[in-house]
Amino acid sequence: MALLDLDPKVVATARKLAARAAEPVVSLAKAHTTVAVERATLRLAGITGADSTHRAGDVPWVNRVIDTVREQCGLEHGVVLPAFHALREHNLGTLTELAEATAAGQIQFRIPTGKDLTAARKASTSAVSKGLRAVDRNRAQRDKLITKWGDPAQRPWIYLIVATGDIDEDVIQAQNAARAGADIIAVIRSTGQSLLDYVPEGATHHGFAGTYATQENFRIMRAALDDVSKEVGRYVRLTNYASGLCMPEIAVLAGLQRLDMMLNDSMYGILFRDINPIRTFVDQRFSRQVHARAGIIINTGEDNYLTTADAVDAAHTVTVSQLLNEHFAHEAGLPDHLLGLGHAFEINPKVPDSFRLELAHALLARELFPDAPLKWMPPTKHMTGDVFDGYLLDGFFNLAGVLTGQSILLVGMMTEAVVTPFLSDRDLALKNVRYVLNAAGSLAEDFRPSPDGLIVKRAHQVLGEAVDLLERIVDDGLLNAIADGTFGLMKRPADKGKGADGVVEKAPEYFNPASEMLEAAQ
Amino acid sequence: MTDAKRYVRPYGDTTGDGMIQTSFTLPIPFGPKADGAALQLANKMGMDPAMVVHSNPIGDDFTFFVVYGSVKHLVDLDEVRVVEREYPLLSPAEVNSALKKVLRRKLVVVGGCIGTDAHTVGIDAILNIKGFAGEKGLEYYRELKVVNLGAQVSVPELVRSARTEKADAVLISQVVTQRDAHILNTQEMSAAFREAMGDRRPLLVAGGPRFDPLMAGELGVDRVFSRGTTPGEVASYLVHAMQEKKGVAA
Repeated sequence: MALLDLDPKVVATARKLAARAAEPVVSLAKAHTTVAVERATLRLAGITGADSTHRAGDVPWVNRVIDTVREQCGLEHGVVLPAFHALREHNLGTLTELAEATAAGQIQFRIPTGKDLTAARKASTSAVSKGLRAVDRNRAQRDKLITKWGDPAQRPWIYLIVATGDIDEDVIQAQNAARAGADIIAVIRSTGQSLLDYVPEGATHHGFAGTYATQENFRIMRAALDDVSKEVGRYVRLTNYASGLCMPEIAVLAGLQRLDMMLNDSMYGILFRDINPIRTFVDQRFSRQVHARAGIIINTGEDNYLTTADAVDAAHTVTVSQLLNEHFAHEAGLPDHLLGLGHAFEINPKVPDSFRLELAHALLARELFPDAPLKWMPPTKHMTGDVFDGYLLDGFFNLAGVLTGQSILLVGMMTEAVVTPFLSDRDLALKNVRYVLNAAGSLAEDFRPSPDGLIVKRAHQVLGEAVDLLERIVDDGLLNAIADGTFGLMKRPADKGKGADGVVEKAPEYFNPASEMLEAAQ
Repeated sequence: MTDAKRYVRPYGDTTGDGMIQTSFTLPIPFGPKADGAALQLANKMGMDPAMVVHSNPIGDDFTFFVVYGSVKHLVDLDEVRVVEREYPLLSPAEVNSALKKVLRRKLVVVGGCIGTDAHTVGIDAILNIKGFAGEKGLEYYRELKVVNLGAQVSVPELVRSARTEKADAVLISQVVTQRDAHILNTQEMSAAFREAMGDRRPLLVAGGPRFDPLMAGELGVDRVFSRGTTPGEVASYLVHAMQEKKGVAA
């Protein structure tokens, strides 16, 4: 039931402005490809493994092939035409054999023509469809297991993070967290993985403040969560990160290993990781198409704006980012029920009425996106190290989540910014959530903010400021707005940033069976 | 406070009661034996008498305890030695306003990993807005202009960028230490700046997990930061160094 009485005309204007702001960026995304999109395509076509004899350490075969194709005939036609032509020309069985031959310097890649072109198109389309069918099978399997084991009994779903650096330790922690009540397990990645231009291989045991996202680690953790799901009688979901320089590839690996949610923000990499804007928008569009196909819920990163800017002053930038993320997601084929738009409880607790302001912001998100599984994120910026204060703040965060009908609740730790959570910290945090859910579970039924009270007025004000900002972005152009430092105070020019050299303008004859099939499915 | 005390004990609700409270987890199943184990640990920690006021199981194999008790120890304040940092730790707002006052323009920081080192984890943790250990990186500071050159920057390239950008400070990160690469690279860098710019060279700061902060002289740089350094410490240092340079009292 609507409590804020938002003007439908203002809401429609906000959405229209977001669409207009996004339009030029979508055209740009369609006109370019990137090394990461091409690598993702080859992964769908079946390439796996790494060159372990390379002197720089394990280099994934897919990187060897893409780099060589780029060197010899460019990527503007896409990688599949030269790759599948070479496969046939040299009579090789698999893409991995092709990669080995490439590394040995036996392959000269070129763009096929005539009959060769037709053959390469056909062979690559068939290989990529096989990969997409595997993604489809995983989606069906997830639906089957949810029917069998069931969804969590309550909303919000309880989301817990594990991050030991060692996948085997992660498994132990994740299974224990599920037994203690977690519905979703997120495995945080090793610091700096977002800036690697390749996906590491195999099971890993030595991450830095997190565990590397690899296909094998995904497989191990999903299997462990299947085991514990059966035991606890509900389907426990697995989350990882499709962000950084390998966004499209990680999305594909998530689809192939039945991950259930992926962090995937349209602007996070640009603003907080200084990744090239064009690279990010191209990669993001492809990764979201893959997520749509795989039935994966994306989680957007609006919480990050509030850790850099003030949560009251910058409240409207969260709304603007949610509207942009929504538009980019819809455009890539993601329906509302897969849109885990983010927001966070980050107002300084010393501000008078801070809890009422939090309720206003949280309700605004709820009512603007009624069908999206909103992700509600706990305080981090004002966690001081006084764990007792922090525990109280987390309790109010939980209460705000229940009261405003949030869908996914990331469990806050009282030791935030102190240490990685102790076993007991996680247990206490879950106790906090359980108490609030049990004591106030259906309180939303009785919660009717006064029509002319602070909560309603504040929500209207934030929406108004969001519309104003969207108007300025439309006038200025989204890429210019990003370059000028509109979001999170960061200035990111369109021609700068990491991974810019991996962006390639498509030729008119560009061919990518994955893109074609993903677009056609929309 | 009246007379300066020399000896103190923790204060619960009565002077000299020595009361403290602590919590911990032991890897043993919940039960009377677990409570006994917690009591033993508390005694060994110097809590006597100790009370296990709460315990609960965490899964099958762990038990969590809350313990209150009186400690026997006395604190001798005359023996307390703290290492005073020669500069104060400032918040981002304080850094910004101090820089505004001392420079009346933005302070320019050029950073990167020199040599063949491709590990940008360290320099990114300090420079990227994302930051490290809950602190935002230097990009977050309004009065800092940050130019992050990234990985595998050659020394001539670094000197050139520092010149074009009119850098006030150059931050280099070195993670790889094979055959003392981090030391040799840093010495090469400081020598190049001395040769190219003499006394007008920017402030040189080196960082990396294997550096010893006492090595600054040997490396020819102004400051060395080691493992665990946060962006706030670096920013506070930059303010301090600028104030020294301009002869302003901190």
